[in-house]
Amino acid sequence: MYNFEFVRPSSVADAVAALADEDAMALGGGQTLLPTMKARLAAPTKLVSLSGIDGLSYVKTGGDSVEIGGATVHADVAAEVADAFPALAALVARIGDPAVRNRGTIGGSVANNDPAACYPAAVLATGGTIVTDKREIAAEDFFQGMFATALEAGEIITAVRFPVPQAAHYEKFAQPASRFPLVGIFVARFASGVRVAVTGASESGVFRWTEAETALSSDFSADVVEGLTPSADGLIGDLHGTPTYRANMIRVMTARAVAAAG
Amino acid sequence: MTKVSMTVNGKAVARDVEARRMLVDYLRQDLDLTGTHVGCDTSQCGACVVHVNGKAVKACTMLAAEAEGAKVTTIEGMASSDDDLHRLQVAFNDHHGLQCGFCTPGMIMSAAALLSENPTPSEAEIRHYLEGNICRCTGYHNIVKAVLAASGQDSAALAAE
Repeated sequence: MYNFEFVRPSSVADAVAALADEDAMALGGGQTLLPTMKARLAAPTKLVSLSGIDGLSYVKTGGDSVEIGGATVHADVAAEVADAFPALAALVARIGDPAVRNRGTIGGSVANNDPAACYPAAVLATGGTIVTDKREIAAEDFFQGMFATALEAGEIITAVRFPVPQAAHYEKFAQPASRFPLVGIFVARFASGVRVAVTGASESGVFRWTEAETALSSDFSADVVEGLTPSADGLIGDLHGTPTYRANMIRVMTARAVAAAG
Repeated sequence: MTKVSMTVNGKAVARDVEARRMLVDYLRQDLDLTGTHVGCDTSQCGACVVHVNGKAVKACTMLAAEAEGAKVTTIEGMASSDDDLHRLQVAFNDHHGLQCGFCTPGMIMSAAALLSENPTPSEAEIRHYLEGNICRCTGYHNIVKAVLAASGQDSAALAAE
């Protein structure tokens, strides 16, 4: 990779100031950004590490929500939300592998919005909130397509907040080489209705499968899902699977997620 | 150049390196600790796993500068002497847990992290934990056996494949 300037500020304010430079980028755990820089797909002139900021790594549980600091690594989230939000803990415990989970952060994952990342499915399915240094952004508004988010240049994710559903499950069909989901489904059942988020499948990144949400809100059963036919329009086609294959996987994995959520 | 200081295998070290220096290159090239290997260099294979503040990480995907002030343990820090190997090293030897040996440093470091979190893991837990460590020789069977043995469990019970 090309060389760059490295800074590790100790406060959010200093990090924001350091990110004001053109071509500066925030560094979470680096589990995506550093390989991307090695491949020269990204070449920031300055990396601003968020790992030295006090108070950005925490998990707060209580009431009907979970709040996770932006710099919290996956391994800590998996351990600390196991009781409060087991479906989220299970999702996080299968991101990458143990060594990746010891470095990768929730803020980094959500900010990158990889179309096959696991976290965005949980954020969107629960109707979560992304908290930044300057505002709060609803999940619906935050995810704006493949690798695209509502974040402005230099804006830092300080926390992510999840409403905890009555029942939930994440079902992931892992692509065996990358361990990313070929298709991943997060089903969340609230008193107000059911939400279904799909990752790994779409050219536009994570999205809600509204047809299934409507059906499941009146009858929360795997059988209901079996009768639906997700559209293959706009789905990813690559050497791992065609759009039609992924469309079928959305149905299959949603049915499994509903059965497991109970 | 940036001065990067840390404790590696119990010894304080400091070197002036470029910001882009990866931890694995800092260990191998600046400190001559070549036991930690570079396999894929893309955080897939796990040959570069070391412990940073007690946690297993892929040293090819962490900047040396990010380990400023950290306590790092590499494969060289596992045995107290050539005659007194770590119990995992003994078990890999006893159970033929390696063939070419290239992945072995990473396997040992990952397995050691597993045993510190979970002293008596099941076969399934061992296989799941070692998901990020790739071995192209053994078929993993004897590696799993070695980890079971190192954890004081009956490795003979592991069915032959």
